[in-house]
Amino acid sequence: MDTFAGFDATFLARLQFAFTISFHIIFPAFTIGLSAWIATLEILWIRTGRAHYLSLSRLWTKIFAVSFGMGVVSGVVLSYEIGTNWGRFSRVVGNVISPLMGYEVLTAFFLEATFLGVLLFGRNRVPRWMHAMSAVIVALGTATSAFWILAGNSWMQTPAGFEMRDGIAFPVSWLEIIFNPSFPYRFAHMLIACYLTTSLVVLAAGARYLLQGRFPREATTMTHMGLGMLAILAPLQILVGDLHGLNSARHQPAKVAAIEAHWDGSKPAPLILFAWPDMQAETNRAELGIPGLGSLIVTHDSAGLFPGLLDFKREDRPPVAPVFFAFRVMVGIGLAMLAIGLAGAVLWWRKTLPTTRWYLRPVQHAWPLGFIALLAGWIVTEVGRQPWVAYGILRTSEATSPVAAATVGVSLLLFVAVYCAVFSTGIWYIARLIRKGPPADIKTRDAHGVPNRPLTGATLAEDGEAS
Amino acid sequence: MSEAQWLPLVWALIVGLAVAFYVVLDGFDLGIGILFPFFRGEAERDLMMDSIAPYWDGNETWLVLGGGTLWVAFPLAYSIILPALYLPLIMMLLALIFRGVAFEFRAVAKPRHRIWDASFAAGSTVAAFFQGAVLGGLLQEIRVENGAFAGGAFDWLTPFSLMCGCALVTGYALLGATWLIMKTEGELADKARRAALPLLFGMLGFIALVSLWTPLQIERIARRWFSMPDFLLLLPLPLASAFAAWLCWHGLRRAKPALPFIAVIALFLLAYAGLVISNVPYLVPPSVTIWQAASAPETQIFMLVGTAILLPIILGYTAFVFWLFRGKVGAGAGYH
Repeated sequence: MDTFAGFDATFLARLQFAFTISFHIIFPAFTIGLSAWIATLEILWIRTGRAHYLSLSRLWTKIFAVSFGMGVVSGVVLSYEIGTNWGRFSRVVGNVISPLMGYEVLTAFFLEATFLGVLLFGRNRVPRWMHAMSAVIVALGTATSAFWILAGNSWMQTPAGFEMRDGIAFPVSWLEIIFNPSFPYRFAHMLIACYLTTSLVVLAAGARYLLQGRFPREATTMTHMGLGMLAILAPLQILVGDLHGLNSARHQPAKVAAIEAHWDGSKPAPLILFAWPDMQAETNRAELGIPGLGSLIVTHDSAGLFPGLLDFKREDRPPVAPVFFAFRVMVGIGLAMLAIGLAGAVLWWRKTLPTTRWYLRPVQHAWPLGFIALLAGWIVTEVGRQPWVAYGILRTSEATSPVAAATVGVSLLLFVAVYCAVFSTGIWYIARLIRKGPPADIKTRDAHGVPNRPLTGATLAEDGEAS
Repeated sequence: MSEAQWLPLVWALIVGLAVAFYVVLDGFDLGIGILFPFFRGEAERDLMMDSIAPYWDGNETWLVLGGGTLWVAFPLAYSIILPALYLPLIMMLLALIFRGVAFEFRAVAKPRHRIWDASFAAGSTVAAFFQGAVLGGLLQEIRVENGAFAGGAFDWLTPFSLMCGCALVTGYALLGATWLIMKTEGELADKARRAALPLLFGMLGFIALVSLWTPLQIERIARRWFSMPDFLLLLPLPLASAFAAWLCWHGLRRAKPALPFIAVIALFLLAYAGLVISNVPYLVPPSVTIWQAASAPETQIFMLVGTAILLPIILGYTAFVFWLFRGKVGAGAGYH
């Protein structure tokens, strides 16, 4: 068999896609939330004229510019990888799924990219309201992009509205294709995840400024707005996650069985807190569980039954361990976010938030939690879909391009090298921007300033105000 | 004409339009990067970056639209071309990463931004080169069996595709230089004008080379251009190209601001039209036509409705943003 370093081409193609999309998703998830936050700040700045809203908007627009750039370049890669690595996939389901990407480009990508130019460079060239509107348009664009890409992803999980003719999928109903059974849940779950992730970053940065005694006005706004979002969205996310889980149990029972590491479907499932799922022996090792709770979560009845992994043929089972562990990471972080949100809300209500160091100290380091949960969630849903690329239609092993393993392997190594070097530098720059904090001397001025400083978004945001 | 006949035609036009928009728009961006090593001052580099910073992202989106619509309208072609040109495409994508992140990284890294200058220049040049190689790889014919790519990883690597890579680097550099003439003034514009002239002759040389090489190598193309009466019907194309080249030359000599840029765009579009004429009706020459590659009519119609509504809107706001940032970059006081 054709292999590279012991791996076959399909595995390498999967690894390459998993690697590139995991790196990619960090940036859009962050910018979906950030753009909404920047739009909010811009509107508050117009309505109140309070300078710290502007200085905050400047700081976060700078950060947005850096991470949006990384999102764009890593996203372009994906749109071509579908063809280079997954030629058979693009052929078999292309009729059905490709227009969702097409609509994403037409309704979202151009909108974001074009109005980003106005947001970054237009502050001195357009009226204030138009600048704020550009921020709103960018925010809408990023959310619209999530709409289409999740419609496409959900269709791969729960295909609907199509028929197979000679092994090729043909569209029957576009409404059913877009609003396929898992789409509403997945879209809501992902969008909330994006806003949660960003809120936690904003909250953590605010907590750090409070601890350091820097930028008190900005820090207060950051912690309050971050906390407000967290306190509302974290519980909401748990509810939506539960609904999403029920939906998966109905449409993708094998995935749910893997999530719970549930082998024997004839008995109610415990909630397994820890285990080492052994696919070879078809059982769990070192299992520690709470009886009946698994069934209660999946079926909302402690004696309820749902299919176990043994109900599926060996070749139809997803890899259990990654799904099982990733799910626990995701849920664990979700509960941590709930705790951070509720505890913070109580402190805020008691007006002791800025001085409660036992709370602020850990929270300042909590910023990566959302990203980790997000990646864990994607591992659950994508690995849980295996061995299918389009559930029940096309197996991953039959979806690849006729490309040699060495070609895929070498390009994978290149991606790993470039992404690690370039994107970790970018993330380091973002950390440095946050460390530096909002621009110091914000002066209120009229919207039609000197139009001669269209540097990049970052420099303009930094010093345009002083000119 | 049935819908299965006219829809692929319309879609070929749209995909072709997206690619043309991409080549022209990102062409001048990439050209700026290609010219970067020849402009060493930090101030002039800042200006060069500033002249494209508000647009590059929107410009690159046409590449996604080109790839995306190829998949939507012609999934068979998409699933053949992309695996066949795997390595040059991946190299292009990696290079575009270095180019794309440089815009913001360079700004936040200052004063230690030299590495992102290099990243911008190398990324732009390598991306342009491999775009040319992709074009060459497509033109020189891809091996197809049973509706799938059946060749090897380095099939694309020929003297012809390497020449196409050099041609596109030269052409983009010319687009970038004429863009600078239009968007900047003073010494920077003069320098760009001096660079543009040899680049123009370079590009004309490459156009001539491709025009000779393809018919000599591929008989199908020779027949298209050199049989009567097609020869006479197609004659306006080389004549128009010659006129566009003269306009560019004239604009450079008379120091016209916008004329060289517009003339180079015309030259690009004419060269592009020539390549299309050489290969019509094939999407994967010489084996897959646009009708064979077409997706289901339902798919093409669904996407066509959206495109008919959204594309004019996109063009509208793109034009608005170009208008918003019109005029010379850095004109007036207060740059430093």
